[in-house]
Amino acid sequence: MLGDAADLTTSVKLTLELAAVTTVVLLAIGTPIAWALARAKGWWAEVASAVVALPLVLPPTVLGFYLLVALGPQGPGGALASLWGARTLAFSFPGLVIGSVVYSMPFVVQPIRNAFQAFGDRPLEVAATLRASPTRAFWTVAVPLARPGFLTGAVLGFAHTVGEFGIVLMVGGNIPGRTKVMSVAIWDYVENMQWREANILAGGMAAFAFAVILGMTLIERRFAPAGR
Amino acid sequence: MRGLRVLTAGILFAALAAWGAKADDVPVAVAANFTAPVKEIAAAFEKKSGHHAVLSFGATGGLYTQITQDAPFEVFLAADEARPKKAVAEGLAVGDTLFVYSVGKLVLWSKSADAVKGESTLKTATFSKIAICNPTAAPYGAAAVATMRKLGLYDALKPKLVEGADISQAFQFVDSGNAEVGFVALSQLAGTSGGSRWMVPQDLYPAIKQDAVLLKKGANHEAAKAFLEFLKGPEAHAVIEKYGYGFDNPS
Repeated sequence: MLGDAADLTTSVKLTLELAAVTTVVLLAIGTPIAWALARAKGWWAEVASAVVALPLVLPPTVLGFYLLVALGPQGPGGALASLWGARTLAFSFPGLVIGSVVYSMPFVVQPIRNAFQAFGDRPLEVAATLRASPTRAFWTVAVPLARPGFLTGAVLGFAHTVGEFGIVLMVGGNIPGRTKVMSVAIWDYVENMQWREANILAGGMAAFAFAVILGMTLIERRFAPAGR
Repeated sequence: MRGLRVLTAGILFAALAAWGAKADDVPVAVAANFTAPVKEIAAAFEKKSGHHAVLSFGATGGLYTQITQDAPFEVFLAADEARPKKAVAEGLAVGDTLFVYSVGKLVLWSKSADAVKGESTLKTATFSKIAICNPTAAPYGAAAVATMRKLGLYDALKPKLVEGADISQAFQFVDSGNAEVGFVALSQLAGTSGGSRWMVPQDLYPAIKQDAVLLKKGANHEAAKAFLEFLKGPEAHAVIEKYGYGFDNPS
């Protein structure tokens, strides 16, 4: 099998791209959600937060199935895709980003929400008495105070997207350079008994996961005393 | 406390029930293209012999990988000849039990009525996605690639290819409308009449001879041997034929 080295690097590059784009999108979408959930007092906040947390419990096949239908020609994804002349968002990079955003959402929203809640109402009340507008208070008080939460959320969202498999297998179509991410490449190698390639990727993933978890612990240790 | 005890008993019972597979259960690994016919065959086999075939489906390559790693299968119904032969060569299967149980047929299929007209459909390629199954792990995928190569269209079509992990997923990509056309197995279209299809001529791809073999784990299991015998018999042949398969030695 010639070209396997290229195949390996392509899938690694694609995975990192997917995780990076997903993390950026998640920070953009997840922050307002986390803020709303942290500030809200009503029971509905818990309902909304349960919805956000669903992917923690649902098997990826459930999300993959719904996504396949939603991204397809009869779903909203197909309608969106028709704007640029495509029929479906399945088998495409944007389709994978949508799937990953849903799938990794709780890993980003929850740490940020916790961080927003941790400092309580007091700093914002103080900001208000100093005549800071709510927007200004958000950017100059809440966000800096919640920095460890953002960091944790970003790292977890990135790492969880790198580790995604089931959804991509169901809606990806295994296209090198576009939807064949590392986890799917490993599955492919194992199906074809290419242990060597599978080993390289799997070993890399294990090392990466270890580094992420260790890194998270170190971040928490560094911020913990300051946060209290 | 009492609730806990009931719960523990329940879990133990469930574990035992799952564990204690009956002696006449025959675990069979089946290539995905043969899903529908083997279900019928297994039902007929059970009615006749009382043995129960437990079916696991997947791409031939994936099943083979599992077999090399000591998967508890006793019979292997592949979608090619290569992997069962390899299993014999590696001492994982019983050599003299090897036989061609069916010859598969490749079809280009679409859900819309006029999409597939024949070779010309591949040449004009007005579709945006064409589904196949993983060509290295699934023989029908290899046959689809061989067809496109023979027609000199592979490089042109490559950017439009989407791969299912096995032929069931390739079918599903077309069935869900996400791909307009796809190479599937004729057996998957049995009983459906809608859409449009093109039976790929036999001279465009190497014949998909599908081998069955008794695995080492079933070497001493009468029920496993009986299942393979049943697969050779007239009742099974009638089912296989109904799904559009051919035979190596027409009997």
